[in-house]
Amino acid sequence: MTEQRREIEIEVLRYHPEKDKAPYYQSYTVPFSDDTSVLQGLQYIKDQLDGSLTFRWSCRMAVCGSCGKMVDGIPHLSCKTFLRDYYPRKVRVEPLNHFPIVRDLAVDQSDFLQKLASIKPYIIRKKEKPLSEGTYLQTPAELARYKQFSSCINCMLCYAACPQYGLNPKFAGPAILSLLHRYNADSRDEGKAERMPFVNAEDGVWGCTLVGYCSEVCPKKVDPANAVNQNKVNSTMDYFLRFMSPRGAANS
Amino acid sequence: MEIVKTDIAIIGGGGAGLRAAIAIAETDPKLEIALISKVVPMRSHTVAAEGGSAGVITDKDSLELHFKDTVSGGDWLCDQDVVDYFVEHCTEEMTQLEHWGCPWSRQDDGHTNVRNFGGMSTARTWFAADKTGFHMLHTLFQTSIKYPSLKRFDEYFALELVVEEGRCQGVVAIEMATGDFYFIQAKAVILATGGAGRVYMQNTNAGIVTGDGMGMAYRHGVPLQDMEFVQYHPTALPGSGILITEGCRGEGGYLVNKDGYRYLQDYNLGPVVTEPTPKTMELGPRDRLSQAFWHEEQKGRTVETPLGHAVHLQLMHLGEKKLMERLPFISELAKTFLGVDVVREPIPVRPAVHYTMGGIQCDGTTATPLAGLYACGECSSVGIHGANRLGSNSLAELTVFGKLAGEHAAAFSKSNHNSDAGLLEKQAKDAMDRATALLNRENGKERVAVVRDEMATTMEEGTGIYRTGDGMQATCDKLDELRERYSSVQLQDRSRAFNTEWLTTIELGYMIDVSQAMAHSAINRKESRGAHQRLDEFGERDDKNFLKHSRAHYNADGPPRIDYGDVTITKLPPAERVYGGAAKKTAA
Ligand SMILES: Cc1cc2nc3c(=O)[nH]c(=O)nc-3n(C[C@H](O)[C@H](O)[C@H](O)COP(=O)(O)OP(=O)(O)OC[C@H]3O[C@@H](n4cnc5c(N)ncnc54)[C@H](O)[C@@H]3O)c2cc1C
Ligand code: SF4
Ligand code: FES
Repeated sequence: MTEQRREIEIEVLRYHPEKDKAPYYQSYTVPFSDDTSVLQGLQYIKDQLDGSLTFRWSCRMAVCGSCGKMVDGIPHLSCKTFLRDYYPRKVRVEPLNHFPIVRDLAVDQSDFLQKLASIKPYIIRKKEKPLSEGTYLQTPAELARYKQFSSCINCMLCYAACPQYGLNPKFAGPAILSLLHRYNADSRDEGKAERMPFVNAEDGVWGCTLVGYCSEVCPKKVDPANAVNQNKVNSTMDYFLRFMSPRGAANS
Repeated sequence: MEIVKTDIAIIGGGGAGLRAAIAIAETDPKLEIALISKVVPMRSHTVAAEGGSAGVITDKDSLELHFKDTVSGGDWLCDQDVVDYFVEHCTEEMTQLEHWGCPWSRQDDGHTNVRNFGGMSTARTWFAADKTGFHMLHTLFQTSIKYPSLKRFDEYFALELVVEEGRCQGVVAIEMATGDFYFIQAKAVILATGGAGRVYMQNTNAGIVTGDGMGMAYRHGVPLQDMEFVQYHPTALPGSGILITEGCRGEGGYLVNKDGYRYLQDYNLGPVVTEPTPKTMELGPRDRLSQAFWHEEQKGRTVETPLGHAVHLQLMHLGEKKLMERLPFISELAKTFLGVDVVREPIPVRPAVHYTMGGIQCDGTTATPLAGLYACGECSSVGIHGANRLGSNSLAELTVFGKLAGEHAAAFSKSNHNSDAGLLEKQAKDAMDRATALLNRENGKERVAVVRDEMATTMEEGTGIYRTGDGMQATCDKLDELRERYSSVQLQDRSRAFNTEWLTTIELGYMIDVSQAMAHSAINRKESRGAHQRLDEFGERDDKNFLKHSRAHYNADGPPRIDYGDVTITKLPPAERVYGGAAKKTAA
């Protein structure tokens, strides 16, 4: 932390659906110190230089998942990325790759949200235990089996990183497959059978070609590539077990 | 303008709003629910809560103790009948979350674990590492997907309530992506819009925490209650205000001044203990800890950082293993935002505004004085926090009262019909015209960021940790001026699609109203209690005149009118609030 103020050029992609035929870049000069995030740089532009610049943010502490942007071509949470690391060069800020732009740096999240809703991301039980009987038991080891996959903040950085999703938007993608795995791996859940068809589908785990860039950019160490791979194993097992059980492994 | 008809509209998709939605869907799957939120629900501010959520569970604990901690923590300004209901239902709600999949931290035998928290006399805070709010919110959000009767309006900005025949009958909203107006007509409306911490400069809150729901209800004559009680959290990062959870101290962290001295022992919070001890030293209540910081700063015993004065939070003695297991998020935050490795160095921290104890007046069933309007979560003042909220009571509140709001709004919606559609739509259109006029305004002289920053600065100056009559008066005057200037804020962006400048300006209008309610409630409370501490001649608690809820009533032409309502006291008569060694003596 130093008090020294320097200036950096931020080049931002602009696009307004009511006015612009195509996106373009606009540059702003912004003062910063060692602890100024890229998000704070954008806020400075909005407050002081150009009230029309549009971007999402909320928590500014890397947990709400709102503020993902391409920063010099790499998907980052803009609240967790610092201008000092780009200075003295300029830094380029663009909307997340692979998503339609709503305006400027704000992208359309609806595809992601629809996918999230489609995989039954909740505990499914054959028989619910009444609340009066208390909680389910779950050992720390059982918790550890899914904990990491429950840490996803839905920031969609992994989608912007995923070449497969870029080619085939139907691909469920890293975070959604991690979430699916999160519930399948939870000792309290009995809904795996209902989710397996989604995993097995062409656009499920098999859509992944093992690039691994998703895990690299994930700000929460969810390691989605790992979830996808575990499910490739699951998916194969499921396939073979089908030949052994008349009702399909899913129901056994 | 698009018109949508539904049974119940919920404004807010944080913990409270989602819990209400699920309660309605479970009460009656035939009722249609519209859940309106200016961010996708799992991005709501509940996501940032770190420490945990209260619920009596161990053998050493009892409902009676949770009740006593809450009422004395609130400096007796709590409604005791409501606190009773609250403590009776917390554990059930924590269990419900567990059944829905919340990854609570566990003991070795598989039972859920609890930790110590400030002001609580024993360990009763359920936690999911140091990401409790995150996990609760994602669990509720993902569970809510199960219910087909729930229709979400993600990234719709609620603008105004529609009130006809003395009943709240819907809400006007802006679809953010397009700027189109919607009238969402409903038989009952639930406000779950969260707090208003952003009216202060240094705060732990997300950018969306701007008091919109409070402002909306207030402008329709619903009083804002106990607004002078604004909680400072003692441990936030200087500058950014990012929160460093109380869980750090619950796990055994120390606060030291620039001499490495655990200064809390000088403020009636001793004796010095090495293990986390309920209600003692670092586990004293938030108001006392923030006040102690203020005194240390006056005495010149704080540490200077480029972003202002601070004290040190030491976690090094807890060891790397425990830090990674119990406080992984804090470790990450310290590293990212300060470059501090908590295993080796202390974290500089200072108080920042954290929580609004007051809010929309409602009774113990979450009903506001306006028929058909319910309020739950941080935007409401249901009566459990009094003059100072205890950490981990608020996440529990979201679930207990969110559920209750859902049930009561559901019942109300079934026995009431909407008024003539023409009348309602006329009102909705008026609201739309007001917002459009702001967008189209020309020749205004003010910039929204300038007015906003001046508001946040004056709130900090006049209505901070310690207050004086003169200081509060200056803030009240400044707010009058800012309200005037607000009416000539000029937008640079006059387009419709995703116009965040426009929405921020609407939010600022609500923030100024809420600030006025806070400042005027404060100056009128001529005593000191909980988070409202005066340095002038009103430095003592005055139960004779002020064991009362303050209520701010909106006034379109000037400052609010303040009056008072009774506090319900059932079994715990007002007594002195003591912590540290003194607490043990009184208990004995
Ligand atoms: C950093 C931090 C840590 C905390 N830690 C703890 C803790 O450990 N334990 C504890 O008990 N409490 C904690 N708290 C307090 C607690 O988290 C909050 O009080 C609580 O989460 C508020 O929840 P809510 O549902 O009332 O509101 P929020 O979660 O803030 O949600 C408000 C919702 O309203 C919506 N909304 C608001 N205005 C509008 C509008 N105009 N139009 C449409 N939608 C709107 C928002 O989009 C959002 O969905 C913490 C608070 C902070 C700031
Ligand atoms: S898996 Fe990681 S990168 Fe992908 S959405 Fe979740 S938190 Fe973001
Ligand atoms: S603003 Fe919430 S993650 Fe960056």
